[in-house]
Amino acid sequence: MFGKLSLEAIPYHDPIVMLAVIGSIALGLVIMGLISYFHKWHYLWTEWLTSLDHKKIGIMYIILALVMMLRGLSDAVMLRSQQAIAMGSAGYLPPDHFNQVFSAHGTMMIIFVAMPFLTGLVNIVVPLQLGARDVAYPFLNSISFWLTASGAMLVMVSLGVGEFSKAGWSGYAPLTELQYSPGTGVDYWLWSLQIAGIGSLLTSVNFLVTILKMRAPGMTLMRMPIFVWTTLCTSVLMLFSFPVLTVALAMVTLDRYLGMHFFSNDFGGNMMMYANLFWIWGHPEVYIVVLPAFGIYSEVSATFSSKRLFGYTSMVYATAAIMVLSFSVWVHHFFTMGASPNVNIFFGITTMIIAVPTGVKIFNWLFTMYRGRVRFTTPMLWTLGFITTFAIGGMTGVLLAAPPADFVLHNSLFLVAHFHNVLIPGALFGYLAGYAYWFPKAIGFALDEKWGRRSFWSWIIGFYLAFIPLYILGFMGMPRRMAHYDNPAWQPLLIIAAAGTMLIMFGVLCQIIQLVVSIRARHSHRDLTGDLWDGRTLEWATASPPPVYNFATVPVVHDIDAFTDMKEKGTAYTRPDHFEDIHMPKNSACGLISGMLTLVFGFAMIWYIWWLAIASALGMLITIIIRANDDESHYTIPAAEVEAMENKRLHDMLAAAGTAR
Amino acid sequence: MTTKTMITDATTAEIWEEHDIAGNQSLGFWLYLMSDLVLFGAIFATYAVLGHNYAGGPTGRELFNLPMVFAETLLLLVSSATFGLVMIYMHQGKRDWVLGWMAVTFLLGLGFVVMEVHEFHTLISEGNGPDRSAFLSAFFTLVGTHGAHVASGLIWMAVMFVQVIGKGFTLPVQSRLMRLSMFWHFLDIVWVAVFTIVYLMSFV
Amino acid sequence: MVSKKYCRQVASEVSPINAKKAGMYHSLLQQGWVKLLPALAAFLLGGCSNLVLLNPKGPIGETERFVILLAFALMLLVVIPVIVMAFWFPWKYRADKSRADYDPKWSDSGKIELVIWLVPAVIVTCLSVLIWYTTHHLDPYKPIVSTSKPVNVEAVSLDWQWLFIYPDENIAVANQLVFPAHVPLNLRITSDTVMTSFFIPQLGSQIYAMAGMQTRLHLLANEPGSYAGQNQQYSGEGYAGMNFKAVATTAEEYAAWLAESRKAPQKLDLARYEQLAKPTTDTSVAYFSSVEPGLFDSIIHKYMTMTDMPPADGTAEDMPMKPMHDMHHMKGN
Repeated sequence: MFGKLSLEAIPYHDPIVMLAVIGSIALGLVIMGLISYFHKWHYLWTEWLTSLDHKKIGIMYIILALVMMLRGLSDAVMLRSQQAIAMGSAGYLPPDHFNQVFSAHGTMMIIFVAMPFLTGLVNIVVPLQLGARDVAYPFLNSISFWLTASGAMLVMVSLGVGEFSKAGWSGYAPLTELQYSPGTGVDYWLWSLQIAGIGSLLTSVNFLVTILKMRAPGMTLMRMPIFVWTTLCTSVLMLFSFPVLTVALAMVTLDRYLGMHFFSNDFGGNMMMYANLFWIWGHPEVYIVVLPAFGIYSEVSATFSSKRLFGYTSMVYATAAIMVLSFSVWVHHFFTMGASPNVNIFFGITTMIIAVPTGVKIFNWLFTMYRGRVRFTTPMLWTLGFITTFAIGGMTGVLLAAPPADFVLHNSLFLVAHFHNVLIPGALFGYLAGYAYWFPKAIGFALDEKWGRRSFWSWIIGFYLAFIPLYILGFMGMPRRMAHYDNPAWQPLLIIAAAGTMLIMFGVLCQIIQLVVSIRARHSHRDLTGDLWDGRTLEWATASPPPVYNFATVPVVHDIDAFTDMKEKGTAYTRPDHFEDIHMPKNSACGLISGMLTLVFGFAMIWYIWWLAIASALGMLITIIIRANDDESHYTIPAAEVEAMENKRLHDMLAAAGTAR
Repeated sequence: MTTKTMITDATTAEIWEEHDIAGNQSLGFWLYLMSDLVLFGAIFATYAVLGHNYAGGPTGRELFNLPMVFAETLLLLVSSATFGLVMIYMHQGKRDWVLGWMAVTFLLGLGFVVMEVHEFHTLISEGNGPDRSAFLSAFFTLVGTHGAHVASGLIWMAVMFVQVIGKGFTLPVQSRLMRLSMFWHFLDIVWVAVFTIVYLMSFV
Repeated sequence: MVSKKYCRQVASEVSPINAKKAGMYHSLLQQGWVKLLPALAAFLLGGCSNLVLLNPKGPIGETERFVILLAFALMLLVVIPVIVMAFWFPWKYRADKSRADYDPKWSDSGKIELVIWLVPAVIVTCLSVLIWYTTHHLDPYKPIVSTSKPVNVEAVSLDWQWLFIYPDENIAVANQLVFPAHVPLNLRITSDTVMTSFFIPQLGSQIYAMAGMQTRLHLLANEPGSYAGQNQQYSGEGYAGMNFKAVATTAEEYAAWLAESRKAPQKLDLARYEQLAKPTTDTSVAYFSSVEPGLFDSIIHKYMTMTDMPPADGTAEDMPMKPMHDMHHMKGN
């Protein structure tokens, strides 16, 4: 009846896990209680859960990412504190638990923090920058979100029911084969990744069509904001790389569930094939998460330098070059597998070539500030922190791209330091810059600058404290993923790294405080102009938060910095002569329902509850067929209503201008 | 920069307003098919690597019944042609012809799936299931993935059957038929590759 | 912390009222420094010798250190200017009270574009030439040229320990690798479990161990000594303890060690091997005075058939080899 599931699956014996489980359940109950107390269920259902509005879906994505980031960070604190004390002793985390924690940390940070964070920002911003009313497929957008969310929920469930994978986030075969990992942990990893991956694939189709087909009139490809360009390239990468992940995971699944022999040691299986397939997805994935952040840095550095972006054309070509090259470098993840020197040299050189367009981008941001007027706001601080820190991470990356260097640095803490040094400044700082930059646009009021700066400084100092020691430890020969060790020379540096992680945690605490402080001060921080930062692109041309239809009349674009151009020509705030009816997509619960059914399906597959798996799969099929039969998916906002909303906005703006004077 | 903006802003905005939803949808579906092609590509690549790892078990030459697979191929190729007829009659608005040819296509596709299930069943019952060797794992997965696609195409076709009867040739229905046709032809092309690489080449 | 205290102490020193106290502080301070300096020096020096990759004990590791340092220096040519500009530009052009030039429309310059594309490209070209030569030179499959006859060792990674078979000597050792310095060490490596990576940091170059396949590695120690050896690829529960000592000896010591090993009471027949291969986190050293003939090959071959170990009568030799048996033949050309 319940497959492999029994009460023994709940880890009563582990106080740390049980504490986390009870904490999560209690937090969930408190939130649900508050929603019930304030009678907000109906509001939540109609305005958020079933909404197809790209801005709301985007906000939900970011909330998901921030919640998962808290868990990923707690895992990081556990890993670092364990290694700080586990010299010649077992520490407080037995290998069984430690191995789950680092596997979960990696999986969550890439799949459930970076991916939803960037997808959320893209969702909020790209349609606005394009001058569009929504994405090409609003319903598909909702499905993508709920698939990502259900994958994330599966990871959370693994905390309290069963265990998570102990095979690392990359899940190298044959360790993930049933013979070596008989528990349900690998299955949790497989299904959560698979489900979220399908969500990402659908997102990529959605944004490719949105960008290619729904640009405002006059916005030629070479007039698109750089963030749109990077989103386009990221979407191409997702479209072509995620199917490979799907295949790799499906094959591990078939090996485990049906006894097949893709990656097994025996019966002709080939574990090297897994490493190839995984990194054919995995390396483009790095650029999937990094490119949108590069786009954000471009927007932020131009806006806060009050100057055009330097070298727009070379920025576009550099982005496209990175996109193409990223498919030709995957073997650098396993130079030490015994391939011939020529194979290694080929992939080493392609990897180093990527450094050229990346370097060009960095110089472009620097020369954007040159002859500008730089304002040191929080988003700009993140950008400056990124440039300096990323230069170091890029350098260590080129070092690892040289096979002879990789032969000694591979799988060491140097490698761990390198990819954190690329992904934290290269992706996360960018998202945090984007979060601070577009928060007023999406929500309607600005974030508190003081706490934002505190957070930045804690993050950046914490980052150096946490990762410079790891570089040195790599040279001291310390491998990654050690639950305990015997070399006393490593311990002082690991203690420093643990302190750095604590400081980063403090930075996150500052961000939470920032959010609370800003919400309390929302009236004084309100942005009535819609253009808080003196922005340059179209998202600043509409109200903050934008009305559901984004733009009452579709803007016409004459320049890369479309909105700056309008402001200079004095056409920025002209009221149109007449308004027209606007058609917008209706809410739909089908996305939420199919997402939840997928969650049930994944859970049933993990625990071998076959009847439930079949029932939920049928449920998904029926939901999709029902939705496919619904042709009345739009509603109309009458012109008069649009006019009233626009008049109110103009009135508010004038009032704001009045108080400013 | 200025030559392109000779048209006034108002007219460009109007042109833009009539954005082509069906066009968007077929572009999106094209992109999905491209990613599906990558999916098949990755499975083909795995088959290429593992295809000779028999682990002491039977080879393709010993297992495959070429005349039967050829019959499967013919079913699928003909079904592609009959779906072509569906599209022609759809453009002419002839509902009964559309339904008729769609039924024929459905039966041909069903025949293909039934034959494939029969092939799998025979192999497994003879002890040559996907757990026998890496070669057979790759074979079952590649052919099975294609078969699962055909089966979803059949479900989609059944839904379209109901929609054509219930809704007639509305724009969304036409657009869906259009995409189903793309999907069906796509599966045909993939099958030609499967037939060549998996079946024919094991006899070379 | 230290510097803050120091400042405060200097301040109190100046104050005439606390002269006595200050004198006390002063002597404390001096004592502190006196003690601190050697400690600091010891830490730094110790730190240097702890940086094992920068302190290699063999030609492979030395070349790898050379590559790392040279690549590092070349890249600093770009990275240092970037970091300088990243501080200088925003400071010079800061919005408040900046009197620097402001040109909001300035957004391209052919000269700058040329430099920023060309300089990284030139550096990458130099690095490409560097890795072309060194990667060929450091090919782990390439034997090291030497006048001495190399020592052959077959390494097997198990859950979670290492087994070293000396085929020419008919002995085996678990969790310790002993070999003479100045003599090339020719390793054939496989795994009887999941994928692992064989690595002696101070000698250089690691390589994966994979079941059903063999990889090769050629190392050489320049001086006798005991070096840490480890599994560098995460392999499950007992991974963190999967270490061994790699002991490079003098020729005489090696001969004595061989003689000693041959006297070990245990013999590594198939039954004993099966027992050894069971998962354990016990990595104590064990000596075996004889080894089942062809054990290493049979460990590889057993993954090429569908059932268990091949019969022990040597028919393993006749079994067809897995096509990717030796990765070099698969990928190299």
